[in-house]
Amino acid sequence: MLIKKAAEIRVSEITPQWLYVNRRRFLTGVLGVTAGALAGRTLKELAWPMQKVQAGSKLNVAQKSAFSTGEAVTPYDNVTHYNNFYEFGTEKEAPAEKAKNFRTSPWSVKVSGLVDKPRTYSVEELMQLAPLEERIYRHRCVEGWSIVVPWVGFSLSVLLKEVAPQAKAKFVAFESFYDLGQMPEARHAGIPLPYVEGLRLDEAMHPLALLCFGMYGQTLPNQDGAPVRMVLPWKYGFKSIKSLVKIKLVEKQPPTTWNLSSPNEYGFYSNVNPTVDHPRWSQAKERRLGEFFRRPTLMFNGYDQVASLYSGMDLRKNF
Amino acid sequence: MVSLKFLEQVVWSADRSAPRDGSVRLKKLLGSKWIKLPVFLLCLGPLGGLAWRAFHHRLTANPIEYLTHQTGDWTLIFIVITLAVTPARKLLRLPELIRFRRMLGLFAFFYGFLHFSMWIGVDKFFDWSDMLHDVRKRPFITVGFTGFVLMLPLALTSTAGWIRRMGGKRWRMLHRLIYVTAAAGVVHYYWLVKSDVRKPLFYGALVGLLFALRLGFWLMSRRRQPTSKAIPPEITTAEMA
Repeated sequence: MLIKKAAEIRVSEITPQWLYVNRRRFLTGVLGVTAGALAGRTLKELAWPMQKVQAGSKLNVAQKSAFSTGEAVTPYDNVTHYNNFYEFGTEKEAPAEKAKNFRTSPWSVKVSGLVDKPRTYSVEELMQLAPLEERIYRHRCVEGWSIVVPWVGFSLSVLLKEVAPQAKAKFVAFESFYDLGQMPEARHAGIPLPYVEGLRLDEAMHPLALLCFGMYGQTLPNQDGAPVRMVLPWKYGFKSIKSLVKIKLVEKQPPTTWNLSSPNEYGFYSNVNPTVDHPRWSQAKERRLGEFFRRPTLMFNGYDQVASLYSGMDLRKNF
Repeated sequence: MVSLKFLEQVVWSADRSAPRDGSVRLKKLLGSKWIKLPVFLLCLGPLGGLAWRAFHHRLTANPIEYLTHQTGDWTLIFIVITLAVTPARKLLRLPELIRFRRMLGLFAFFYGFLHFSMWIGVDKFFDWSDMLHDVRKRPFITVGFTGFVLMLPLALTSTAGWIRRMGGKRWRMLHRLIYVTAAAGVVHYYWLVKSDVRKPLFYGALVGLLFALRLGFWLMSRRRQPTSKAIPPEITTAEMA
């Protein structure tokens, strides 16, 4: 397997475990000592250097996950040269080419809405919220192909618990980055932009819902939704919003781009479901990239642990 | 031998007393014996391109989808080129172009056959019940399947022998099915695309334009001979050879 070696993190930049564990105490101590003496400097410059986020940087993956599948991982080159990222062109190989100059640093995600602690996080700050895990998930596109990707991140619930959703919050709305200057191809996307997505709050709080910063041990390549995205393995791939900039807790079900584009074809839930066909093609089978024969599609893409979220729901109506 | 012919053509076109027919040299070129071979090879170009890509592993991460898509595109392109022959003959005053119409039409069928084969042989792997289900239930496949099936009789009756056997009038009527195939191809493409409809609309515009031209010619010919019931033959079997 070819792992590109871009800018390597120097050994001196890696946070020693004792310091990482006691970081808040350490920082408070530092604050106390330096606050008076260095009034003019910003805290960010003094804090322990944070992990740089550039496409292709190696990530410190602290642990493997129990949610990982044992299935064969799709080769990196396939996952980085076969993308649906319409802001960078509607052909599969276009984003790899057209997203080359996409500026993904500095980057921040604004968390707002019905939360007690709304704030804007930089990607670096987000990544510090919990140890990064490697999660090898199956990823099933609504078009009928699938891949297996070793994503890197942690459960979205970590972030949601940090900001403390209020009682009235029932849904989580997401928004992707959109800038016609950097994304001239977006004109021909054929879908309304900026790209928006949404989840029910309990879906967003499920441990499987991944706030993702990388793949294959490195930060996300631009065409795969750098620098931070969602991954929802039990839903069709378009629900896994890329290049996240906004998260908002809301009371009513939020709009989702593909549903706006074609409401009878793409529903809010879009759970992988072999018994509910897309109006124009069957969802009973899928082509795992790299395999010749199609394989049967699994309910919830094989992630039965989410079934309880939908007990009692008619999944044909709520497709 | 070739260089002598070329010189002859140069001299011919340089001769000021020669009829100012626009492109005399071009007409001689199109009428020459050996021109069909390079055109044939050119038509094989797209297939060659795909073979080159296959050899260099440049068929994207989903080769089956890519090949199905590419062969479909080229089918439509060749249908459009074939439909453009008659308008080109009239507008450019190059009746010699008729010599290529059968070859182009057969290549449209050839790429259509490859596209269809990708679907039954590779995608569905000869799962007949699955295919039949698709043809019945998926409108875009129904329309595509129809478009392809209608090309079969055209391919089979493409020879001069068949024009003689059927008689020019009946042969022409049968081969009007290409209009249905062209429309079916565009609709098939439009119905399978998820959101970016530029390409299907582009082909649709081309097909629409070619239909409009034909309609124009037909109306003009009717005005010229309003009393005659017979449709003047476009081509003779000799020209088709």
